[in-house]
Amino acid sequence: MRHGVLLAVLLALPAGMPGAAEPPPQHARTAPGPYPTIARGRYLTRIADCKACHTADNGVPFAGQRAVPTPFGTIYSTNITPDKTTGIGRYSDEDFWRAMHLGIDRTGRHMYPAFPYQFYSRMSRADVLSIKAYLDTLDPVRMENKPVELPWPMSMRWVMKVWNGMYFDPGVYQPDPHKSAQWNRGAYLVQGAGHCAACHSPKNMLGAPDLDNPLGGGMAENVFAPNLGNGKRDGLGLWTAADIAEYLHTGSNRWSAAAGPMAEVVQQSTQYLSQADVRAIATYLKDLPKQSDDSGDDEAPAHHIDEDVMARGKAVYVDNCEGCHMRDGRGLADVFPPLADTSAIQAAQAQTLIEAVLVGAQKPATRARPTGLRMPSFADKLDDGEIAAVITYIRNAWGNHASPASTGDVANLRSILRNGPPPQS
Amino acid sequence: MARRLPAVDVVLVGFGWTASIIAQELTDAGVQVLALERGEFRDTVPDFATTHIQDELRYAVRKQIFESPKRETLTFRNKRSQQALPMRHLGSFMPAAGVGGAGVHWNGQTWRFLPGDFVIKTRTTERYGAGFIPKDMQLQDWGVTYEQLEPHYDRFEYLCGISGQAGNINGTLQPGGNPFEGPRRRGYPLPPLKRAAATELFDHAAKEVGFHSFPCPAANTSKPYRNPLGVQMGECTYCGFCEWFGCGNYSKASPQTTILPVLLKKDNFSYRTHCDVVRVNTDSTGKRATGVNYVDIHDQEYEQPASMVVLCAYAQHNVHLLLLSRIGRPYDPESGTGVVGRNYAYQITSSVDVFQKEILNPFMGAGALGQAVDDFNTVNFDHGPHGFIGGGYIALWNTGGRPILQHHLPKEAPTWGSGWKKAMHENYLTATSIATHGSVMSSRQNYLDLDPTYTDAYGNPMLRLTFDFRDNELRMSHFLTEKAKLIAQAMKATSIHARFRKGPYSIVPYQTTHNTGGAVMGSDPSTSFVNPYLQSWDVPNLWVMGASVFPQNPGYNPTGTVGALTYWAAQAMRRYLKNPGPLVTA
Amino acid sequence: MRATPLLPTSRRRFLRAAALVPAAVAAGCASPSGHRSGAPQHAFFTAAEAEFIDAATNRLIPNDELGPGANQAGVTGFLDVQLAGAYGRASRWYMRGPWADGTDEQGYQSRLTPAEMYRAAIAAIDDKCVALRGKRFAALDDKAQDDVLAQIESGSLGLHGVPEKQFFQLLWQNTQEGYLADPVYGGNRDFAGWKLIGFPGPRYNYLDEIEHYGQRYTRPFVSLAGRDPDNQREA
Repeated sequence: MRHGVLLAVLLALPAGMPGAAEPPPQHARTAPGPYPTIARGRYLTRIADCKACHTADNGVPFAGQRAVPTPFGTIYSTNITPDKTTGIGRYSDEDFWRAMHLGIDRTGRHMYPAFPYQFYSRMSRADVLSIKAYLDTLDPVRMENKPVELPWPMSMRWVMKVWNGMYFDPGVYQPDPHKSAQWNRGAYLVQGAGHCAACHSPKNMLGAPDLDNPLGGGMAENVFAPNLGNGKRDGLGLWTAADIAEYLHTGSNRWSAAAGPMAEVVQQSTQYLSQADVRAIATYLKDLPKQSDDSGDDEAPAHHIDEDVMARGKAVYVDNCEGCHMRDGRGLADVFPPLADTSAIQAAQAQTLIEAVLVGAQKPATRARPTGLRMPSFADKLDDGEIAAVITYIRNAWGNHASPASTGDVANLRSILRNGPPPQS
Repeated sequence: MARRLPAVDVVLVGFGWTASIIAQELTDAGVQVLALERGEFRDTVPDFATTHIQDELRYAVRKQIFESPKRETLTFRNKRSQQALPMRHLGSFMPAAGVGGAGVHWNGQTWRFLPGDFVIKTRTTERYGAGFIPKDMQLQDWGVTYEQLEPHYDRFEYLCGISGQAGNINGTLQPGGNPFEGPRRRGYPLPPLKRAAATELFDHAAKEVGFHSFPCPAANTSKPYRNPLGVQMGECTYCGFCEWFGCGNYSKASPQTTILPVLLKKDNFSYRTHCDVVRVNTDSTGKRATGVNYVDIHDQEYEQPASMVVLCAYAQHNVHLLLLSRIGRPYDPESGTGVVGRNYAYQITSSVDVFQKEILNPFMGAGALGQAVDDFNTVNFDHGPHGFIGGGYIALWNTGGRPILQHHLPKEAPTWGSGWKKAMHENYLTATSIATHGSVMSSRQNYLDLDPTYTDAYGNPMLRLTFDFRDNELRMSHFLTEKAKLIAQAMKATSIHARFRKGPYSIVPYQTTHNTGGAVMGSDPSTSFVNPYLQSWDVPNLWVMGASVFPQNPGYNPTGTVGALTYWAAQAMRRYLKNPGPLVTA
Repeated sequence: MRATPLLPTSRRRFLRAAALVPAAVAAGCASPSGHRSGAPQHAFFTAAEAEFIDAATNRLIPNDELGPGANQAGVTGFLDVQLAGAYGRASRWYMRGPWADGTDEQGYQSRLTPAEMYRAAIAAIDDKCVALRGKRFAALDDKAQDDVLAQIESGSLGLHGVPEKQFFQLLWQNTQEGYLADPVYGGNRDFAGWKLIGFPGPRYNYLDEIEHYGQRYTRPFVSLAGRDPDNQREA
């Protein structure tokens, strides 16, 4: 299940301070186009979440050099400030369009799909060029790009040509005439700039998202990005459009709170969605079908839940969790997310919960909810068996139904967090 | 040699409650603010997480959440004829170190002072005559009135999400609240906390005796809360690890849970930790502060220039810094003149332990979960027959039942051995204690100055505290304790144990961290260091926050008033920034 | 905000920060039900000192019909670790001269750290017991030990060079700590102290119980390190 990392890891990478005020737009260095284009570009740069990947830890915004560990090796994001030698200062509009639309850089090399051009390809030329117009207003920063550290054959750029042939279907989004303009706008954002499927889709062993089931849930780094279909148990079936909008704008709603990679997406990207766009996304998502496979059905697949594990899990819960999540698993409205009756808790895989317990979690610090409430790590306090038991309990208490977590799952993730991913076999 | 750093607009000494409020307000006004904190950065997670914070030994007993006397302490004596000796470990009071200051480890007992507290000298003189004031008592009006502070009390209460029951809204008494409180513009942001078994018993007993019992105002949230800055808090779960601990579930107001999530994201705010400020610098005229010098963790000294300096450290540390910096005239107890170090005051407390039969589960508590009566606070009764000035509240606080430090044993119980075990077994769950919390008026003999013998970690003279309870305070406390006994007896007690506070003051047993004065406010520069806006009379770009400005210490816990005064001063600072200079002409 | 220590807000940095937090568990030494095997190894006490502490603390908190005393609760091991560590060294105290006796109100003025105080006091008490009663303290019978402790408490044993009242206060305070602190510190073994009084441990939510006036709380005892091994299930 780690194959998704190649793509999905990107969204896990934070940049700088949460919600830090944007640097004020610099005066234009190159012909910037009219102001409305720059403003739209700035907006879309956020919605496409460019800064998150193109900024190193404590690095200069957009100057790249963020290490992206993948099971295949390390990729570094590139400098997208308008520096002429190390950035994209020499990119013509056509160069930039080709990069975003086809995944080919100015020198004609194929880029790795860690850069989600598969999705950006759906964006209109006007939108793509508005992003360039915005990036062109940034201070140029001289920052050499680091070479990728991939083993052969992944180091061979032409390999990506093959990959593209198999998994890449370039082309701007084509509206569905049977759907409303709002629906189409939502689809455009979800499939294009928002690149939601980069995390929320099942991936094959080469890290390619399943285009037939783009929002069916999948692994993203160490966590499971739940399906966004309308199943009531583990999808968004109980959420109203307003719930979706609130979640994307603030980081939480009555059903759930963003944590892990999604917290960063909300913090850096979706909180800035306009009211119209967030409603459009909600309209589109609410129209998605239920997931048909067993991971997304309302009826929980039959799992054998060991009563002894439940009893041990409950004890761990009572001793460690109810100070915030409360005895009945309802959490505290808007503060500590509920565990009972929520889709994220009953997602097809328990990885997200295991990571939250091992690493801790933090809600996004948004303009609407600046606090960024955190859950501590229990890695030093609970052993693998206790963590597996409490997660199995949470996934099956208070009317929840989901597969158990195993001690091995916890041990495996603990080892990855401590030592990094094991070498690809 | 101090390294000179780039100048900032405003430098704050300390990064606790007052610094957080000032920083939030002044960054909103557009200036660049830097806070210098001697301790470390701390936040709910990971520092106060529920995985480990409920550790009585580590935090309350070994005191790991407080300042370390090894680095900074003071010397103490009861009177001038004694040699002052260092307070070698913490005891009577527990100043904090670290971001959030004492706002991290406080209980959350958040009071407003009474309108009469701010004009106590005028009021006492009018009602009882000037001769009623003891000769060595340096009673002073504050130079600010309750009416002026009311909007700022309101702001602090809404910042913190105070749980409570209003007693007086715009002059209309409210059922269930404190009928003696000053009029407030609106109710508390949250309803009162749940009652514990013991506070319920107290409530019935106090009413039976004829007193006005009400739930204490608490900075422990009775419901989830979002404050005007948008910062969110959880709901208090009555874990009983409040005072001397950080809160693990975001339900006690602290800078971390009310301001920092917003403040720390601002471009025009920054802070540095492990920076011990050792001097406020002034120019050659002595009338303008030019910044501060601080020493970092590597013992490197830095000069931080600033256009404005605000002292936001703990009360006596502010005074120590002024003395070391030779700003303002040091107080001389011989002549009663001078202002820096003048009017140090404290709190006088006592308790009545109550032993009865009902299971009280004392460990289910919250720092400000209490029920109080205010009938005998400073100006709420006729002092004529008693001949003392001041008063206090009587409350049953159910803060927790931590086994090492929070158990009560009957007077006759053996202090160790099988008898002790038996007493612990029989009383832990069923005993409780009523507290009295009284005012300490300022005295000519109680003051702060520099110690001639002992030096701190930087070779600077230590602060010297000369303090004792005066006869006025001891008689007042005795009076309060007698009233508390009446309530205790009405609590169906099988026995009670009145622990009267007796002199001399001892720095050993914990009493309260309510040290006040030393740089007091007022409208007369000969008896105050700061004007009514907390601006130094002598150095108009230097300001002092916190309880160091209290001219004497009223009968309540100080934090509510510290918060209100800080907002009040911040408003004045905004005026000052537009037109720098003295806001009051002496 | 810039150029200053930042909140570890990014996930990666948070992970590292979390890993660095010294867990209370790590500060402790034993599981709540840790048990001794063979002759105890001590970090601070000599064998003779440990015998004294075993004897003295077990008189201060004896084993009786109400439950285990200091010995079964592991108080000696607790004290040993405390005195070997930062507390024993008075690492947070101001310990520079000049030294003077001071008044009771001025508090601790001894130049001895707690560890030094124990070492000096135990030797002095044993010497005194040998001189007066012909045996070291640990070899005296219960009654005689109680008498000696009462003399130290009142300051009437007549020790040279050790403030005996202060030592008794320290010993009694530390003994209570060992009996009542969280079991992660090695004392309060099997929750002996908390079972005696009815304190359930560091739980964090009594919302459902606080208004059930007069009712006994029934959840099992818990430590920062968890529950008893035989009590790890909830129905």
